[in-house]
Amino acid sequence: MKKTFKTLAIPDPQQLMFGRTPNPMTCGFGLTLGNGQVFPELNFTLPTMALEQTNWPAVVAQYEEIGSIIERAAARLKPPGLMAEFELLPPMTEHPSWGAELTSVLLKHLDQLHKDTGIPCALRVTPTDIRDVTKPPELRSGKPLELLLQSFEQCAAAGAHVLSIESVGGKEVHDEALLYGDIEGVIFALGVLASRDMEFLWERIIATCSKHKVVPGGDSACGFANTAMQLAGQGMLPEVLASVVRAASSVRSLVAYECGAYGPSKDCAYEGPVIKAITGAPIAMEGKSASCAHFSPVGNVAAAMCDLWSNESVQNVRLLSGPAPEAYFELLVYDCRLFNQALETKTENVYQNLLVSSDIHLSPQAYVLSPQSTSRIASAIVRESGHYAQTLAAAREAATLLREGVQRKELQLNPRETEWLERITRELNALPSDEQQMIVTMQDRYGHLFAANSYGL
Amino acid sequence: MKELLDLSQLIEQGQSQKALTLTQQLVNSGLPSQTILNDGLIAGMAVVGEKMRNGDMYLPEVLQSAGAMKASLAILKPLLALEGTKSRGKILIGTVKGDMHDIGKNLVSIMLQGAGFEIVDIGCNADPQRFVSAIAEHAPEIVGLSAMLTTTMLNMKTTIDAIAGAGLRSKVKIIIGGAPVSQKFADEIGADGYSRDAVLAVDKVKQFMDRTS
Repeated sequence: MKKTFKTLAIPDPQQLMFGRTPNPMTCGFGLTLGNGQVFPELNFTLPTMALEQTNWPAVVAQYEEIGSIIERAAARLKPPGLMAEFELLPPMTEHPSWGAELTSVLLKHLDQLHKDTGIPCALRVTPTDIRDVTKPPELRSGKPLELLLQSFEQCAAAGAHVLSIESVGGKEVHDEALLYGDIEGVIFALGVLASRDMEFLWERIIATCSKHKVVPGGDSACGFANTAMQLAGQGMLPEVLASVVRAASSVRSLVAYECGAYGPSKDCAYEGPVIKAITGAPIAMEGKSASCAHFSPVGNVAAAMCDLWSNESVQNVRLLSGPAPEAYFELLVYDCRLFNQALETKTENVYQNLLVSSDIHLSPQAYVLSPQSTSRIASAIVRESGHYAQTLAAAREAATLLREGVQRKELQLNPRETEWLERITRELNALPSDEQQMIVTMQDRYGHLFAANSYGL
Repeated sequence: MKELLDLSQLIEQGQSQKALTLTQQLVNSGLPSQTILNDGLIAGMAVVGEKMRNGDMYLPEVLQSAGAMKASLAILKPLLALEGTKSRGKILIGTVKGDMHDIGKNLVSIMLQGAGFEIVDIGCNADPQRFVSAIAEHAPEIVGLSAMLTTTMLNMKTTIDAIAGAGLRSKVKIIIGGAPVSQKFADEIGADGYSRDAVLAVDKVKQFMDRTS
């Protein structure tokens, strides 16, 4: 039974706080999220190496080593809890037994850690959405879908505590629309296509999670909003466009929670704060301590409302200090000590204000991530019905927030960004309220890129 | 010639319809197609490339310019063939096996087209044999390999080895690109060059083409 969110779980932006949610949840080996503490979430990947059957023992050895590193580092640093995220690489999803085997390896190490130290911990497993191997992608049938669902099933059976994904429905249109700065195409891709695919996919993920008593932990708009964020960070797209895309992407990510997800959203889902405001579910976030994976244009504000604090991804390579996963785990643990000290000493508002005020005036992408902006975007979403209307409302609210920020001199935009903000505002205001009208127009423009039956259209 | 300067500015501004009209006028006036191409279209895209390099143009604006060039080029193409004009060079490009990332590759293709090169794009997840067959079929001067994952970048070497195994290595220069790769990696796997972004890829291709011409 699908939920609809008509009100905010956290209506007061002052209450949108790191480490606290109205709906704490427990997963794995006694790890309770959102109940007054922030925990590190370590995400890791292979060093440069082939990933194929012939060197499979070497791949397994890498994950054994990473598991040992987590055990050793956690015993040394004594965090109050931790999440490990195993993000499958495409071949590990294409061969579901591979992902399951590595899930078992990592689970064994977390189990040992918990037994030895009593540190609460959990394993998030994230299969790769491999359904985009054909063009246009075949999302509702075919071998890739079959393998993806098998991967979820086998990883759940192998003991994953939380399941997540970065699904790609709608991305084939979004990529093109984004590069051309076509805001109409962006809204169509997110509000019509991606949201429909989320419903299709998440009904199935929830069924698997229910069967294996695994926590469904959300779906990141990484392929959409983070593509925009990175291109904007490199000066290839206007930052105001990436900011509006971020807000608009919240709605497709919310669909996972409408379908029954309740666990922590993915670290790379920077739309997480909006999800938290609407659902009250805990969220993972990443930022400055994820520079091992990518640079961040948003600064400290990304940490302002997190319940898990992640490094996004680090290769298992050797640094001067030691293995890179251990180095980044240490960073995360120390970051979390600050969050938790602030919560314990009731100075969390001061600390959050520092995280927010240090950065929001520097980038429109940071500006839309503040608790106040988050609350406004979340409110705009729950006021509307239907994913298309909600996506449009979120995008319009983000554009309004940016214009207000400039007027209040809280945010500075260069003339080119200002010109783009005016253009985006104009184009958003011109979009039809009727979804069907939008679908007809977009089928003409982008029909060559997507298969209508992949979205039930 | 003022009209050619106007055409290059229309391309730079991404004004497809006006550029198309002016291109047709210039063709009707009897100006050689090669001159219109070089001094109008390519000259306009050269300014676009420079502005992008300096951070003065966003991608949507670049693509609008590329679209304007493409529209005008459609008029010139049959005429260029009739005049026996040789292509500036043919580039075969693809993302290697196991990798579905194509935004970077597409950007490189667009920038190279804008610079007047002919592009054969074999898409994503292209196994080594697909590269080999496409090289044999299209006879490009340069091959571009793209990868975005640390686990797929090694397939660049497999691809280069397959091209060498098919006896085609000496016929092409190979340039690699993508987030996890570097000049050092290019040297290690026997590629001829590396580019960290789409604008520099055009420079690298021009360098190779200048050396071979």
